[in-house]
Amino acid sequence: MALRCQQCEKPATFHITELTGDKPQELHLCEDCAKIYLTKDDESMDPSPPTLAGVLAQQLKIGQTAKDLQRLDQQACPVCGITFYEFRQQGRLGCPHDYICFANELEPLIVNIHGERKHVGKRPKRVHDSTDERTELIRLRRDMQEAVEEEDYERASELRDKIQKFEQQQSDS
Amino acid sequence: MKLEDLAGRCGEWLRGSGPESDIVISSRIRLARNLADFPFVRQCDDKDRTAIQQALCDAVEDGKELTDVSYIDVDGLPIVDRQFLVERQLISRELADADGPRGVAINDGEKFSLMINEEDHLRIQVMNSGLDLDSAWEQINRIDDLIEARVTYAFHDSLGYLTACPTNVGTGMRVSVMLHLPALVITRQIEKVFRSLQKISLAVRGLYGEGSQAMGDFYQISNQITLGRSEDELIGQVAEVVPAMIDYERKAREFLVKESQKDLHDRVSRAYGTLCSAQTISSEETMMLLSSVRMGVNLGLIKDIEIPTINQLFIHTQPAHLQKLRGSELDTADRNIERALYLQQHLRRETDGEAEKN
Repeated sequence: MALRCQQCEKPATFHITELTGDKPQELHLCEDCAKIYLTKDDESMDPSPPTLAGVLAQQLKIGQTAKDLQRLDQQACPVCGITFYEFRQQGRLGCPHDYICFANELEPLIVNIHGERKHVGKRPKRVHDSTDERTELIRLRRDMQEAVEEEDYERASELRDKIQKFEQQQSDS
Repeated sequence: MKLEDLAGRCGEWLRGSGPESDIVISSRIRLARNLADFPFVRQCDDKDRTAIQQALCDAVEDGKELTDVSYIDVDGLPIVDRQFLVERQLISRELADADGPRGVAINDGEKFSLMINEEDHLRIQVMNSGLDLDSAWEQINRIDDLIEARVTYAFHDSLGYLTACPTNVGTGMRVSVMLHLPALVITRQIEKVFRSLQKISLAVRGLYGEGSQAMGDFYQISNQITLGRSEDELIGQVAEVVPAMIDYERKAREFLVKESQKDLHDRVSRAYGTLCSAQTISSEETMMLLSSVRMGVNLGLIKDIEIPTINQLFIHTQPAHLQKLRGSELDTADRNIERALYLQQHLRRETDGEAEKN
């Protein structure tokens, strides 16, 4: 004979094994009672972990006037040119230097996502220049491109020499 | 390497071997890395992207230990071929759909791949069949060392490896284990288990990662956090919950066998019957039915098919694979017919083969 629902005597179509307690507990329920049972603890559950968009929205809601926000949004990275507003819109940073120039704004965000602020894992074995020097190359390339677009070839060739010298130094070091 | 040569094989992640392979399908680790002297990919023009691609390809070629690798220019690939690589989990959907110079270096045994110009300049991934995170870490760490010796990564003293999205900063590492959990789905336990995983900051995703549906009852469990914990700790955190998940799934299967053997046997047999005799069938339905059959084989309810055959069908019946195997492009309706035919041939051939042996 088919099992009856433990709650209401209708035929039991859902057979639930409750595995969250000390030992498995078996429940036999009809569709309606199963639905109630399975959704009942939904409300008591914590919300899912924070999403980037959610954290960003929340962070910007707290303690910032529209004016502050506007100023913050207009801040731009001197290396890649991305504004904080663009980052907020896309959820992606423009270049490694953003972590330095938006450090104050990013820190609470990073802590919110990871619960930590300091890397403890692997480090590149190769000793390398400070991030500032490396990003200098990104800036020089961008400037050169601009110069080319503006047809300022004298400036472009100066910048090209600079870039080459820079790259030379780095491969020598 | 020709994609056609790959098509006939199963790939690493569905090989169906390794520890606990009835439930644990594969173990995967990926590292996100960026070059220090370029903007992140989204901010790059095509010239930057070409230069990044060149620098990384040179580094891969230079790495003497990375000999069994072929580079595929994804930008120049037809859509069906990109989809094919996504189905094999060698590239992400994001890389397939992006624009501009980009590509992937693939290990001939499909155990690792290096995506270039995805969200980050470089995404290294290592894949092992079954539950095997430790050797995956060993291997990916070695590959990372080889590349790192030839390029300068964007690295910050206190924030670690810098990534385009702050959710990956620090180790840049995502550890995931793919599980087949049909009994937890049938017993409606799955949502609950996932909510408890989310509480300890583990993420649950479907077969093809972020935003994908849980096709065929396959689920990936992975770390959410990448900063403030070492690689070993992150691996440990994922590895720690896997035995519990395996245990839950086994208990749920035992329960189904004990309490509703008839229903279970009926479900599995119907799934098998449909797969053997359908005349037209969608990819989604195929995945769902194969999932039941896979569990049926693992529980001994179906005796005349082997798990590797089922695993192979999971991949070979997906849209791009079907078209590669057939050697021509097919629209949805034609694919559904071709799929039904393919299933008939392979499931019946297997059964006939068994009969001949007996």
